[in-house]
Amino acid sequence: MVLDANWAVKWLTLCAQAMAEHRVELIELDRAIGDSDHGENMDRGFQAVLAKLGESTPETPGAALKMTAMTLMSKVGGAAGPLYGTAFLRAATALGDSAEIDASAWAGALAAARDGIVARGKAESGDKTMVDAWTPAVDAARAAADGGSTDVLGVLVAAAEAAEAGAVATDPMVARKGRASYLGERSAGHRDPGAASSALILRAAVGAAA
Amino acid sequence: MTVSIVVVSHSAKIADGAVELAAQMAPDVVILPAGGTDDGRIGTSLEKVLAALEAASGQAAGAGAEGTVVLTDLGSAVMTAESALEFLENPEGVLLADAPLVEGLVAAAVAAQGGADVQAVRKAAEGVGIPAGQPAPAAGGTDHLESPTSAAPDFTGDFELVNQAGMHARPAAKVAGGLASLDAEVTINGVDGASMTGLMTLGAGKGTVLHVEAWGADAEKAVEYVGGLVEAGFGEP
Repeated sequence: MVLDANWAVKWLTLCAQAMAEHRVELIELDRAIGDSDHGENMDRGFQAVLAKLGESTPETPGAALKMTAMTLMSKVGGAAGPLYGTAFLRAATALGDSAEIDASAWAGALAAARDGIVARGKAESGDKTMVDAWTPAVDAARAAADGGSTDVLGVLVAAAEAAEAGAVATDPMVARKGRASYLGERSAGHRDPGAASSALILRAAVGAAA
Repeated sequence: MTVSIVVVSHSAKIADGAVELAAQMAPDVVILPAGGTDDGRIGTSLEKVLAALEAASGQAAGAGAEGTVVLTDLGSAVMTAESALEFLENPEGVLLADAPLVEGLVAAAVAAQGGADVQAVRKAAEGVGIPAGQPAPAAGGTDHLESPTSAAPDFTGDFELVNQAGMHARPAAKVAGGLASLDAEVTINGVDGASMTGLMTLGAGKGTVLHVEAWGADAEKAVEYVGGLVEAGFGEP
C-alpha cells in the first residue's frame, strides 16, 4: 500500500480525536511540569485543522500537512504551535507534490519534521522534550524502510512504537528545555507532555492506514 | 520611508502598548503590533505575525531605507517569528532582533526614525542589552572598524549641555537615532552613542561636558552631529 491524500485526511482527523480524548491527560502532565495548557492548546489546534478539512479537501498529502502547519501555528498559541507547525511544514516540503508516499519517502518526511523541531526549539535528545519521542521514531522508521520493508504500514507502526517508548523514557529525565527546565530536578518523575502528544500523533498515523 | 518594525508578544496589550510608547519617539516609523492569539488569548499567532509583516513591508514600500525589524518577547514568540520567515516569499529584508522588547523597540524605532538601514536598526535594538561602556556589536560585515577601546579615536569633541533638562529621553533618542545611521562607532562619556538607554544611564544634567570619541568613515560627521545638537540645546529651553 501507499499513503495518499485520503490517508492524510484520515490521519489528521484521528489526531483531532486523539487530542480531544487525551486532552485532560495532557493537561495533567503539563500541570505537573509546565503551565497546564498543552492539552487545551493541542485540542483547539486540531479542532481548527478539522474545521479547515471541512472547508476544502487537500489534493495531496503534502497540501494537507502544509495546511495543518499553518493552522497549528496560528491556533495553538503556546510553544507547541510553532514546534508542531514547523514539523508539519518541513514534512510537507519533503513530500512535495507527490500524490502517493512510499515507505522511504515517509521515513524521510519524519526526519525532516524532527529536524524542523530541533531547528526551532534547539532541543537535543535527553532534554525531556518532544525530540525524545521524535528521534527514536525517525530512527525506527528509517531502519524499517531500509530493512527492505516496502510495507509503509510497517514503517508507520515502527515509528509509533518507538515514539511511545521514547515518551515513556522521558519520565525520569530532568528537563533542560522549555518551561519544565525551570523546575530542575523536580521535573524528574513526570512524562513530558510534548513527547506524549507526539506519540499520539504518530499512533494516529497507524490508525489512518489500518 | 524608513525601516518598519513589527512587535510580536504573547499579549495583545503588551504589543499595542509597546507600539504606542515607541510611536511617541518615532512618529514617522511604521510600527505594527502582532500580539496574542487570533481569538484574543495569551499566545502568539502565525497569521497575525504574517499579516503584520506583510502590512509593514507594504506600507514601508517606497524610496529610502527598506526592510523590517522584528522584536519579540518570550520563547515561543521567537519561534513563531522564525516560523513566519519560513512562510515569507522574500525573507531577506526581515531581521529578528535579539533584544529586550520595550528597550529594544524604543531604540530600534529611534534608529529607524533617524533613517538607519535595517541592519543598523537591528543593531540599535540589540545594543541595549550591552552594559554601559561597551560598544554595541558591529552589524554584519563592518568589523573593519577599529575597536574603540584599543585604537585612538579618529575624531573627538567636548560639548557642554546647555538645555535645562540635560540628556533625557528625547535628546538621547535624537543622538542615538542619528548616530545609528552613520558609519561610525561613537562613545559619549564612555557609553555607546548609538544606544539611547546607554546615553540615559549617563544621567548627564545641564552643565555636564560630553566627551565624544568617534571611529570610522563618518567619525567627523558623527562628532559634528552630536555637537550641533548639544549646542542647540536639542531645540529645548
